[in-house]
Amino acid sequence: MLEIRDLHASVGGNEILRGISLSVKPGEVHAIMGPNGSGKSTLARVLAGHPDYEVTGGEVTYRGEDLLDLEAEVRAQRGIFLAFQYPVEIPGVNNSYFLKAALNAVRKARGEEELDAVDFLALIRQKAKLLDLDTALLSRPVNEGFSGGEKKRNEIFHMAVLEPMLSVLDETDSGLDIDALRIVANGVNALRSPERASIVVTHYQRLLNYIVPDFVHVLSDGRIIRSGGKELALELEDKGYAWLDEPGHA
Amino acid sequence: MSATQETIELLATQEYKYGFVTDIDADTVPIGLSEEVIRIISAKKNEPDWLLEFRLKAYRKWLTMAEPRWPNVSYDPIDYQSISYYSAPKSKDDAPKSLDEVDPELRRTFDRLGIPLDEQKALAGIAVDAVFDSVSVATTYKTKLKEMGIIFGSFSEAVQEHPELVRQYLGSVVPYSDNYFSALNSAVFTDGSFCYIPKGVRCPMELSTYFRINAQNTGQFERTLLVADEGATVSYLEGCTAPRRDENQLHAAVVELVALDNATIKYSTVQNWYPGDKDGKGGIYNFVTKRGRCGNSSKITWTQVETGSAITWKYPSCILQGDNSVGEFYSVAVTNNRQQADTGTKMVHIGKNTKSTIVSKGISAGRGQNTYRGLVRVNPGATGARNYSQCDSLLIGDRCGAHTFPYIDVRTPHAQVEHEASTSKIGEDQIFYCRQRGLSSEDAVNMIVSGFCKEVFRELPMEFAVEAQKLLGISLEGSVG
Ligand SMILES: Nc1ncnc2c1ncn2[C@@H]1O[C@H](COP(=O)(O)OP(=O)(O)O)[C@@H](O)[C@H]1O
Ligand SMILES: [Mg+2]
Repeated sequence: MLEIRDLHASVGGNEILRGISLSVKPGEVHAIMGPNGSGKSTLARVLAGHPDYEVTGGEVTYRGEDLLDLEAEVRAQRGIFLAFQYPVEIPGVNNSYFLKAALNAVRKARGEEELDAVDFLALIRQKAKLLDLDTALLSRPVNEGFSGGEKKRNEIFHMAVLEPMLSVLDETDSGLDIDALRIVANGVNALRSPERASIVVTHYQRLLNYIVPDFVHVLSDGRIIRSGGKELALELEDKGYAWLDEPGHA
Repeated sequence: MSATQETIELLATQEYKYGFVTDIDADTVPIGLSEEVIRIISAKKNEPDWLLEFRLKAYRKWLTMAEPRWPNVSYDPIDYQSISYYSAPKSKDDAPKSLDEVDPELRRTFDRLGIPLDEQKALAGIAVDAVFDSVSVATTYKTKLKEMGIIFGSFSEAVQEHPELVRQYLGSVVPYSDNYFSALNSAVFTDGSFCYIPKGVRCPMELSTYFRINAQNTGQFERTLLVADEGATVSYLEGCTAPRRDENQLHAAVVELVALDNATIKYSTVQNWYPGDKDGKGGIYNFVTKRGRCGNSSKITWTQVETGSAITWKYPSCILQGDNSVGEFYSVAVTNNRQQADTGTKMVHIGKNTKSTIVSKGISAGRGQNTYRGLVRVNPGATGARNYSQCDSLLIGDRCGAHTFPYIDVRTPHAQVEHEASTSKIGEDQIFYCRQRGLSSEDAVNMIVSGFCKEVFRELPMEFAVEAQKLLGISLEGSVG
């Protein structure tokens, strides 16, 4: 589904990603861990097509297409979703109105009928319930005045409504209490299917108790320095990232 | 000959000279401003003496006044003596012959606004003949209005046909001495519109389509007078969403509204004069005085969408003189590139239980500078007065600016004044967020901007609101990366 080969990317003239290779197949969940500043969010943004990030080398194919050739909105329309680490506030735009426009843009690009107001309402009610999202948040401007936890939950709500093929979750678990964490994990797991895939960026292994990954990768200084199965996350939790720098592991 | 004698002689010959100027070719009217020029204008328009007197008084007052420096805008000094104050309608030979000769950029905007071809032609200054659809439609409307006693036409026409009405109300809301630009306008205005709705009559339609086409050649000093007699109701649309080009850089219009007891006037404007290029070259200076006076239990609503002009200086105001009268001001002002706007309103509460509402939405993009300036004044006798003001700014990018100057002057303890303000910002992160959800940058900006402006747009007549929304999108095009 997603094939990243020797990806190099810079922002503001600094090279942040220094040769990343990663292969994600349909049905898989990949976890990406690593210390602060190692480039996890950068990777997520590059995949989503943020214009500030310049790809200086390597290639990325997504479902047979050259991903790097596509505009950010086209990537989204083709089924790539990024749950932001820091979701921004969109003043004055009602959350459900926004989501309806987004969903219809995605559907239109796929050659599907736009959803009418009634069907859309039924859909978001159902998804809000699934994620135990306070329905008051639907009629408020996107993320405006939402608590940290509400913002994260709203990201997963958007994801649940848009039903992407590949979702990238950037530290969605940070700042969530255990109940919220479980709910978010439910949202992600509900989307798990043989055709879809996820990349879950996290700092903590606890999320991976709920979203069990097929693979775990450790990112450090813009490179994947270690890959393994779900046990790698446990090991990391136990020994810390410094352990990886010890001779014999790097 | 004594000096006095000489002066008298001179005046006499001037009178003589300019009393018979009707056949002078417009091109020979000297550039610059003088009593002479004003006499020529008045004579050319065959005006009654009282109107010439009005102009001359205004001119003499203007000479003693100084251009205001308090607006938060900057521009090079205007040379009032280099302006031509009377220009005859442009010769048809210079006008484009077909749409193919019109600036493609302009045509693209017309198309995007969905303006019908015939109207496009009229707007572009192409000579269209008399069978032109909208003109005949307009004539039909005019007959219908006339049957109801509604007078609606050009200001010059009204001076000839209804001099008593014009004389009674001209300058009654905006005295010529009000400010520098109103004095200038009073001295040299060439045309504009006049509208009178008789007692108890509800004008059956928005005074719009007709106006959009016919307002083209009103010139740079436009004069509008609108009188709603007791119990009358009217909704008036001014301006045009299509970008209007004009060689005249300075525009100083005056609009006076008179709402007598129990009357209602809704005055909506879309202003889209040429804003100048990306570097601020060219562009209209739009210095407008708009004011309405309310009788008992009457209501005036100003709604404006200001997207054009290099500089906008404009404060549509309400004098709430009658008891229980209501004033409203809803405004969207956009400044992009190098545009500057200093706009707002004045609500002057004089009568008892008067009420005013101010909703101002300023959008700044590029290097645009947007200033809200508003005054809410409650006089000592205005017990029970209430005002609510809301003043929001939206910044797109980080090189633009928004400024608010709300002045509140309350002179009675029995009044209630509320003010709310907010500033929000659309940056690249917001746009990226929207794009990540599948929306284009353009849709994202449009969505954010319409969300921001919705309280104002819903005050506009339906078709106008749709156009205004599109227009906003076009004005802000390219404002985000
Ligand atoms: N817009 C930017 N301009 C300059 N440096 C940036 C920018 N974004 C991220 N960086 C730098 O890139 C590095 C990786 O950041 P990031 O991908 O956010 O790390 P992580 O998500 O793993 O904590 C950091 O050193 C950060 O300072
Ligand atoms: Mg990060």
